[in-house]
Amino acid sequence: MTTAQPLIQARGLVKRFGDFTAVDGIDVEVRPGEAFGFLGPNGAGKSSTMRMIGCVSPPTAGELRILGMDPRRDGPAIRARLGVCPQLDNLDPELTVRENLTTYARYFGIPRRVAAQRAAELLDFVQLTERAGSKVEPLSGGMKRRLTIARALVNSPDLVLLDEPTTGLDPQARHLVWERLFRLKRQGVTLVLTTHYMDEAEQLCDRLVVMDGGRIVAEGSPRELIDRYSTREVVELRFVVDSQQDVAGKLDGIGERVEVLPDRILLYVADGDAAMAQVHGRALAPASVLVRRSGLEDVFLHLTGRTLVD
Amino acid sequence: MVGALLPRLVGLTAVARRSASVTERNIATLRSSYWVVLISGFLEPLLYLLSIGVGVGALIGELPLPDGSTVPYAAFVAPAMLAASAMSGALAETTFNFFAKMKFMKLYDGVLATPVRPFEIALGELGWAMARGVLYSAAFLGVMVAMELTTPTRALAAFPAAVLIGFAFGALGMAASTYMRSWQDFDLVGFVQFTLFLFSGTFVPAEAYPAVLRWLVEVTPLYRAVDLTRGITTGSGDWSLLLDVLYLLGVLVLGLVVAGRRMGRLLYR
Repeated sequence: MTTAQPLIQARGLVKRFGDFTAVDGIDVEVRPGEAFGFLGPNGAGKSSTMRMIGCVSPPTAGELRILGMDPRRDGPAIRARLGVCPQLDNLDPELTVRENLTTYARYFGIPRRVAAQRAAELLDFVQLTERAGSKVEPLSGGMKRRLTIARALVNSPDLVLLDEPTTGLDPQARHLVWERLFRLKRQGVTLVLTTHYMDEAEQLCDRLVVMDGGRIVAEGSPRELIDRYSTREVVELRFVVDSQQDVAGKLDGIGERVEVLPDRILLYVADGDAAMAQVHGRALAPASVLVRRSGLEDVFLHLTGRTLVD
Repeated sequence: MVGALLPRLVGLTAVARRSASVTERNIATLRSSYWVVLISGFLEPLLYLLSIGVGVGALIGELPLPDGSTVPYAAFVAPAMLAASAMSGALAETTFNFFAKMKFMKLYDGVLATPVRPFEIALGELGWAMARGVLYSAAFLGVMVAMELTTPTRALAAFPAAVLIGFAFGALGMAASTYMRSWQDFDLVGFVQFTLFLFSGTFVPAEAYPAVLRWLVEVTPLYRAVDLTRGITTGSGDWSLLLDVLYLLGVLVLGLVVAGRRMGRLLYR
């Protein structure tokens, strides 16, 4: 797998809008068949990167090759093989659910008969067959998202770009989307997604980069990143409002690291229960305690000093 | 020779195919309610023709044409209404509707993620705008023949001219729309359109204006369009018709190029 030619290859990729630098010299390589994630808070440069990869935003500087081609010159040829699910649904409000797929297929030059067949299969795949004749407007957020994903698959793409595929969806709708994306992944479709949800990245991504302020601050598989930048367990302590700063000083020496957030204190430790024993030994009485496994959220906090979703 | 030409030809068919897919999208949106829009667009020039051409025309009688011949006032006004309706049909589609698709429906953001390019969207939308304009023009020419304001042969010759007029104004409207910031700006479009409608030699021969004003009128696109249709339907045209055609072709190409470029700049951010 590693010897195959990368589908996306970026070197020193930069995107500026006037004085603002959205993407500040990133190196990325995505290989066939993998699910690759861009993780970061809003404004980290994820969407700008995705738009450049989607060949709808010319890079300001740096090198970018998609499917072995140059986006500046081969835009239409590259886009013919991409499936794009943008951050905001831009479905056609004047068409029905089914027509949204068949019309979109025509933009790719897919013959009408094939388009109709493909639309039927995809509606089935995203469980919207019953709504095929409906307009887009009355659909729920989750249904629109699924339709947008189906639309991104209409040309049987080699590479699917998903910009925050589940942002704004309720938990049930998110799980349905994840489950469908997971199926795609199993079929060998290469997925590139952005997210600021840790659980999404952990569930779907084989490999990811953590972005902050237009730069890549870490790269690896979710497991590697957690091992490298965090401890095995985390103890979350909540104290009475305003007493946090005083308490934080008294926690020195417990575990590897102490992180003070506005609403809670995090202790990075190898063994959560042992750490709690120490906390109680120092006569501290938190209002609530939660011992959990380390996750990507902790990696992000460690790397940037900030939480992901504010 | 063929080897060098073939990729270009394939490129051209791809452009045509992708543009057609944009037109097709609009056909798919056709719903029964659209006929209301179509009928109002057809009735408007007809009402002008009946009220002013026939009504006011009864008071005016005959009018001299540049070539010395005279025609009834209604026959003078009718070709101008033909040109004006080709203009307004094309503008309606390429200003309001185009702007709504671009800015509010975010339709083209989705289209641009496919192989279709901005210029091809412009071309496809223009093709659609023309489908509407062509219907208006054909119907109106039919009315002109029925009212004996022109002959069937001349009406046939005037048809492609009306199509060209629609294309030129459609391209112009699309280019203008890319500069619009909000709906307020469209008031300006409406104002310009109405001014053109009143003063492009539509109801009064441009020769009646003072020299400076006349010169100004004669360089505006609707004047050239009226000159073209009137020359054909009254059979009074001369070499200046060729100038009209070249002028309108120029407007068409310019409008399309500007629209395609501006869309690229607005959408490929």
